[in-house]
Amino acid sequence: MTSDRLLFDYLLRLADSDLVLAQRLGEWVGHGPVLEEDIALTNIGLDLLGQARLWFAYASEVEARFAGAGRSEDALAFLRDSGGFRNLLLVEQPNGDYAVTMARQFYFDVWHKLLLAALTGSRDARIAEVAAKAQKEVAYHVERSADWVIRLGDGTAESHARMQTAVDDLWTYTGEMFASDEADDVLAGEGIASDLSALAAPWRATVESVLTEATLAVPTSLFMQRGGRRGVHTEHLGHMLTTMQHLQRSYPGAQW
Amino acid sequence: MSAAVDLEQRSTAVWRTLGRVPDPEIPVLSIVDLGIVRDVEWRGDELVVTVTPTYSGCPATELIMADVGRALAAAGFPTHRLEIRLAPAWTTDWITTEGRERLTRYGIAPPGANAAPAQSTIDATALFRRGPRASVPCPRCGSTHTRELSRFGSTPCKAQYRCDACLEPFDYFKPH
Repeated sequence: MTSDRLLFDYLLRLADSDLVLAQRLGEWVGHGPVLEEDIALTNIGLDLLGQARLWFAYASEVEARFAGAGRSEDALAFLRDSGGFRNLLLVEQPNGDYAVTMARQFYFDVWHKLLLAALTGSRDARIAEVAAKAQKEVAYHVERSADWVIRLGDGTAESHARMQTAVDDLWTYTGEMFASDEADDVLAGEGIASDLSALAAPWRATVESVLTEATLAVPTSLFMQRGGRRGVHTEHLGHMLTTMQHLQRSYPGAQW
Repeated sequence: MSAAVDLEQRSTAVWRTLGRVPDPEIPVLSIVDLGIVRDVEWRGDELVVTVTPTYSGCPATELIMADVGRALAAAGFPTHRLEIRLAPAWTTDWITTEGRERLTRYGIAPPGANAAPAQSTIDATALFRRGPRASVPCPRCGSTHTRELSRFGSTPCKAQYRCDACLEPFDYFKPH
């Protein structure tokens, strides 16, 4: 593989996690527990969608360098099957109740913030500038999701129990965030990607302190699911894509 | 010499034109007030206007670019190019003093001083802020007895507040 191919794949990993989580948050439109939360979730989704577009736009340019032509943002989003998606398994998990949505968001936000901060030092100038822009937005996301984990964890007996179940159930999807493969290592070696394993300790420190503040027990299970970043997904992604891609699949090239 | 003066006059006219292009979401602000027009320059005969978008997902960005194109064409600059510049990232510090005054008159509390520069680690204690945040003066009555209702308001760039003195809700343009 040439390094442009590796870079393309890496950019899809960044873009797809943003896109898939944005779609999940969009599913809350009209269903939020209160109006303010409905608005907040979709605004966060909008931030993530905007970030996904910046990564896709760059991925498309990189793809053109080795494939002759790069697919458009729309083609990348709407015309790939689940096996072509490179997102984390965590973000494709269904919304569940509000505790699940917030636990998923919190685990992701903390990682996302640390990753983007690291990528601001990328030797690839385009990656560095997108990361610098995105991390300002994500700093706000972390504060909000941490706030909800604490509110629900340190809330009523019912909200505490639900939040504990949510952080426990999603824990198995967090190991993948720090497991690098050959592509990560090559790009990290060139100073383009960041060393994922270096994010594990600060991620854990933040998560532990917030869960403790929330009177929640830090999950202890060691088995971690993997596969999202190389296209092996849980069954949930395919179902999500049938909704997300329906229009472009049924009416190819349809425009507003 | 006269060519340089001519160029300067034309640039001034371009800035004046851009100063009349409203932000679609907050029409009381022009895109120059908002601080997103970063550069007006001439490359040969071609006019190049550089814009730095606000939030990554802001749906107004595409509309703004289209509005700028139309305004420039109408002002006699049909051949122009619009460029997007991501770095340095837009900050509310770039909103002009005039823009801040207009926001207040419009009923939106202008952004306070920008937060500390982005950190590479996460300060967990910052996630536990339970007390009131720095007070935001009410744009209607000026009282500082206000509180945050929601971290997101009608658009991603605003938070929702309420004034406990005049009891009116208002939007706060978040420092970013």
